[in-house]
Amino acid sequence: MTTLLELFSVAAISVGAFFFFAGTVGLLRFPDSLTRLHALTKADNLGLGLVALGLLPRADNTLSALKLIVIWALVLLSGASTAQLIGRALRRGRK
Amino acid sequence: MNELLLGAAGLIVLTVAVGLARILRGPTDVERLMAVQLLGTGGIAALLLIAYATNVPGVEDVALGLALLAPFATIAFINLLDADQGDAEI
Repeated sequence: MTTLLELFSVAAISVGAFFFFAGTVGLLRFPDSLTRLHALTKADNLGLGLVALGLLPRADNTLSALKLIVIWALVLLSGASTAQLIGRALRRGRK
Repeated sequence: MNELLLGAAGLIVLTVAVGLARILRGPTDVERLMAVQLLGTGGIAALLLIAYATNVPGVEDVALGLALLAPFATIAFINLLDADQGDAEI
């Protein structure tokens, strides 16, 4: 692996870990349910996305690279749908 | 290099575990559910990092399974909330 790819990988994983940290801080510190939901989806989509992106150059073969992308896509899809469901439930006053 | 990946995995698990404090504080069940959802995503990220740090075969597939199954808890829970109001999907 070249130095440049190595650098990219480390940077993306670090930023991804930071987004998980930011998501946790937001979940604990934000004032109401909808803003906490906002913090949670950032951690879901960006945190895991950047970790998967940082691991991509390290994949040995196409299959494991594809697996990373599939995991990311699954989490994007489920994160978007569940955030909508939670938001709707909150809006209808069901908590 | 692998130590760095393991360190990142540990950091993510640690921050997500701190986020579980939201389960204790609530105040609503939906917020408790959000903390569990964050634990699920953090678990997927940590498993992926561990898979690449240790080269143990199959850990990636565990992450894939977790990514598939994690949303069902949320969907079932929201459906339960809707059922209390009489409009759940069976």
